[in-house]
Amino acid sequence: MADKVIYAMYDDDDVLKDGAKKLVSKGVKVSEVFSPFPIHGIDPIIGLKNTRLGIMAFIYGLFGLTLATLGLRYFMVVDWPMNIGGKPNFTYMENILAFIPITFEFTVLCAAHGMAITYFLRNKTLPGMPAQNPDPRTTDDRFVIELRTSDNSQFSAEELEAMVKETGIVELDQKDIA
Amino acid sequence: MHKEAAIREPLILGHKTYHDITEDVCRPIEDKAPRMWYILFGIALIIGLYGIGCILYLLGTGVGVWGLNKTVGWAWDITNFVWWVGIGHAGTLISAVLLLFRQKWRMAINRSAEAMTIFAVFMAGLFPLIHMGRLWLGYWVLPLPNQFGSLWVNFNSPLLWDVFAISTYLSVSLVFWYIGLIPDFATIRDRAKRPIPKKMYSILSFGWSGRAKNWNRFELVSLVLAGLATPLVFSVHSIVSFDFATSVIPGWHTTIFPPYFVAGAVFSGFAMVQTLLLVMRKAMGLEAYIHHKHVEYMNIVIMVTGSIVGTAYITELFISWYSGVEYEAYAFINRATGPYWWAYFAMMTCNVVSPQLMWFRKLRRSLIFTFIISIVVNIGMWFERYVIIVTSIHRDYLPSSWSMHYPSHIDLGVYIGTIGLFFVFFLLFARFFPVLALNELKTILKSSGESYKNAPDDHSPEPNPTPIVEVPVAAPVVEEVKVEAPVNDALSDLLGTIGTADESKKDDLKKLSGVGPAFETALNDAGIWTFEQISKMTKSEYDMMDAVTGKFPGKAEKEDWASQAKELMNANN
Repeated sequence: MADKVIYAMYDDDDVLKDGAKKLVSKGVKVSEVFSPFPIHGIDPIIGLKNTRLGIMAFIYGLFGLTLATLGLRYFMVVDWPMNIGGKPNFTYMENILAFIPITFEFTVLCAAHGMAITYFLRNKTLPGMPAQNPDPRTTDDRFVIELRTSDNSQFSAEELEAMVKETGIVELDQKDIA
Repeated sequence: MHKEAAIREPLILGHKTYHDITEDVCRPIEDKAPRMWYILFGIALIIGLYGIGCILYLLGTGVGVWGLNKTVGWAWDITNFVWWVGIGHAGTLISAVLLLFRQKWRMAINRSAEAMTIFAVFMAGLFPLIHMGRLWLGYWVLPLPNQFGSLWVNFNSPLLWDVFAISTYLSVSLVFWYIGLIPDFATIRDRAKRPIPKKMYSILSFGWSGRAKNWNRFELVSLVLAGLATPLVFSVHSIVSFDFATSVIPGWHTTIFPPYFVAGAVFSGFAMVQTLLLVMRKAMGLEAYIHHKHVEYMNIVIMVTGSIVGTAYITELFISWYSGVEYEAYAFINRATGPYWWAYFAMMTCNVVSPQLMWFRKLRRSLIFTFIISIVVNIGMWFERYVIIVTSIHRDYLPSSWSMHYPSHIDLGVYIGTIGLFFVFFLLFARFFPVLALNELKTILKSSGESYKNAPDDHSPEPNPTPIVEVPVAAPVVEEVKVEAPVNDALSDLLGTIGTADESKKDDLKKLSGVGPAFETALNDAGIWTFEQISKMTKSEYDMMDAVTGKFPGKAEKEDWASQAKELMNANN
């Protein structure tokens, strides 16, 4: 069956939020929301889970910390111990104070870049990717709710449109996806 | 949603809508560059090229072309390096630390402050690189396996800590800045008409579509990066201060250096932000977004960090005497009364006295005064580094080797050249990049925008989940179920003052400037039919009418419809 997509456009974020609430309470599944800035509080309404990127940042940080510790121990203690100002590098623990700055910087480096790369990959935002917002105005001052008939098989397209029209929209558009 | 006290000054002045914000920020990018831009860019480019010429001459000839001698072996290069790194501290402080503290005023300035940070760190990084003499061997600072029996770089050295700190700081700031830029590039992409800019911005925007999930991740990434960047900002200048503090030179090896350098960095960074933004807001017409309140907030930061720096200077003096070490005491006596007394005096005046003037509300809200002080502070902070570095080493332990430092014209050329290059980068940024964080500003429009804060029903006794203040940008009233009740109240208030009328007495409202057929219908729907009604309107009625019709807030007042309507009435009679 051909999938029909309904785009309901709003010109205010709070109107969209109330509209989405109303639609969801009637059992409609909102498949996507496009907006020019983050609408606070929309995620729980349309059933989006919180991102786990923060956990990943922590893991990347731990990786950086481990790598820096192992590296510094190898360079400065195992492979070529240097005697600096009469203070020889016998053990890692004795010299740990001098290693803290670089360990810290490297931890931050790995956490920040690891998270940024994951963020780009997960968002599928990479140089040269095509834009997918349904209307160019959604990066300016318009807010769009996307409904799919395949997600809402209990309603017909006409019923969905009728429900959407009650939520203070400014424009309605639809598209068939084969 | 973020709530803000009504008495707090609005952060966005004027009756802006979301679209207005987009327009105001994108217009300078889409329009042709003003002539002034080309003039400034040309000047900056010439100075920058001269600097590059000096650098090339230096690389070809050797570091001997600098005015160094065997006593003063470290002077302008490291002074300029610390000065630029210091300036490069404000941007990330504004975007990271102020984000963690939920300071909404940062949103108008963070984008350009971060750009400034990145360009300043570029300039800073240039100095250690050219100081290496053999620039092409720069990769030797990395711990790479090599043919010298795998001799590693010295991880106990603060100079190597600097390498890691500065490169981490630069790359993390760059990523943080770029992640914030992507949605704004998408805005420009979607507005672009000509094919080449459209293509460019579509590559730069990475295909950003603004899905709810993308925004969810965006906010978390911003928060975590801010959390990571905050200790990073403090660590970078602490590590820069270790270059001096871990040495055994009197005047350098003091434990006060890390906090004192960090405060000084923030101090000079904010001063540079003020210098740039005061010009930029004027040149690009952004007065509604960056105004007295933002300048005042930044001046308060300058005042606080300037006071910390002043306290540190005095503490240093006290400790040098209290320590009882003659060498330490002499280093400071020599600073204040020796041959470099004038540099010390410049530093003390510019950095200790000038920020104290910011205690006066009138002064810290004055844009011209702020601009002058911001330049004074940057001069003072350059002298601070010069005083710390040169006066501590020009008279060492052996009086026979005492010497003075005189900069060569290459010293001067490289320094001036980096200022030119910095402005080349910044002018390019101002020309092609969105200089305000569009997506962030839009989130504070409803809580800190003037038209929302000062709307007539703002002081309603109980918090209303859908306050009437949101009506101006809401959907047309006919389709709007939720806001009907407050609108009807406002409507009856309005018609109570200006009197009711009906279609039979209808005037042609399209004769008022700015009224088209659609607007006329909206006015008619609200019960406004005649010039007589409009002629009775004053400020409060205009606001009510704007709330009821939900169109073009502020238009009626600006065009002075009441007197227009009076004239039209007379003409009709």
